[in-house]
Amino acid sequence: MTTAFAPLPTTASASGSVASTTTESIVFAPTPLQAYLVRIGDSCLIHAQRLAEWSGHAPILEEDIALTNLALDLVGQARALLTHVGRQTGFDEDQLAFLRNERDFRNVTLVELPGRRAGRDFADAIVRNFLLAAWMNVLWARLESSSDAEIAAIAGKAVKESRYHVAHAADWVVRLGDGTDESMRRTRQAVDRLWPYTAELFETDDIDTAAAEAGLGPMRVSLKAEWDAIVAPVFAEAGLSIPATGAFRSTGTRGVHSEHMGYLLAEMQTLQRTFPGGQW
Amino acid sequence: MSAHDQAASPRVEHAWRVLHDVLDPEVPAISVTDLGIVRDVIAHDDGIEVVVTPTYSGCPATEVIAQSISDAIDAAGLGPARVTQRRAPAWTTDWITPQGRDKLRAYGIAPPGSCASEATAKVSPIRLMARNVDCPRCGSAQTERLSAFGSTACKSLYRCIACREPFEHFKPI
Repeated sequence: MTTAFAPLPTTASASGSVASTTTESIVFAPTPLQAYLVRIGDSCLIHAQRLAEWSGHAPILEEDIALTNLALDLVGQARALLTHVGRQTGFDEDQLAFLRNERDFRNVTLVELPGRRAGRDFADAIVRNFLLAAWMNVLWARLESSSDAEIAAIAGKAVKESRYHVAHAADWVVRLGDGTDESMRRTRQAVDRLWPYTAELFETDDIDTAAAEAGLGPMRVSLKAEWDAIVAPVFAEAGLSIPATGAFRSTGTRGVHSEHMGYLLAEMQTLQRTFPGGQW
Repeated sequence: MSAHDQAASPRVEHAWRVLHDVLDPEVPAISVTDLGIVRDVIAHDDGIEVVVTPTYSGCPATEVIAQSISDAIDAAGLGPARVTQRRAPAWTTDWITPQGRDKLRAYGIAPPGSCASEATAKVSPIRLMARNVDCPRCGSAQTERLSAFGSTACKSLYRCIACREPFEHFKPI
């Protein structure tokens, strides 16, 4: 990183010490089309946050660097989307990332599940990374023809990045799934834990419908066939079977999150909440 | 004033010459024009506008590059400079100039191959075999990939089997 960090402000309020100050959350009421974009931006952002938790902890140095580099791409994509929505709603990217409450985040639940902590495993990070990279790849390719020129431009860049995210993640799924008995056992467990959350990637609601009607982007349900076409051959190569999809539906895209989301946000937002307006 | 007239204006030409010396902070061997990220230079009555295309969505150097460009234009007396961003069409390593590729090689970084085929290709998930990359030091094609990512997102790490030297490869995108 070449960015120089300026000192944080030392006096944040007239009333007391910095440590006792917190920033009020913003009131964010997006239109359906804005909510559609926030869902994608938040999915990138929270996925990046989880990947970045591996910084300094991945089993090998090369993968430590890889996961954090993928996270960097995702943060960039999130920034572009949130900045775009922010222009329409009067907020900047930092306010949207750091000053929204949990219920105002619209990411798919899959991205917020614990990756490194809470008894989860490197296999969880790898399998999730693959399932999401494939989803993002299909989604960005469709967004290239968005009626919103800025979204089409963002997608034109992101689709290229998602291409090597898929390739990299797929390599690892095969390596672990088709590796030792132990790596296969743990990869299968990860698939079983994560798979129920993939149904949400292909749900459709009124926000998707509004976006599709406006030509802003595709309905999630329309991404399923192409996603399957990426996932199935890699799972076959890895010796993994695709679980049946049950009745469970996660609801992160509607703002109703798993119990893990609050902790994630506490960590992600603490700096901005503690040092209001801090910039670097 | 048409685009052609602007291209011929001495202020714009001067600005381009200044930009030839503004280096990429992450790869200080090559300039922003070698990288192909400067898409346009426009002379306004009140200064110079430099239109830049970002390399990677998450490139941490983006802000530093904009600042370096702005500083250089100002220092040359052409300012005030304004750096604006143009996302489409997306930057590709195919825009790195031939001189830029030579400079990369001389710096010890294997330049990217063409990615024209990459753009039209379907996602190929299984790529356990790394593509062939020639060693920038001895020119041998006998190289192996050590790590998909290197010191920055845009590079991966290789080793030459012939001369045994490790080197970086600027990935085609």
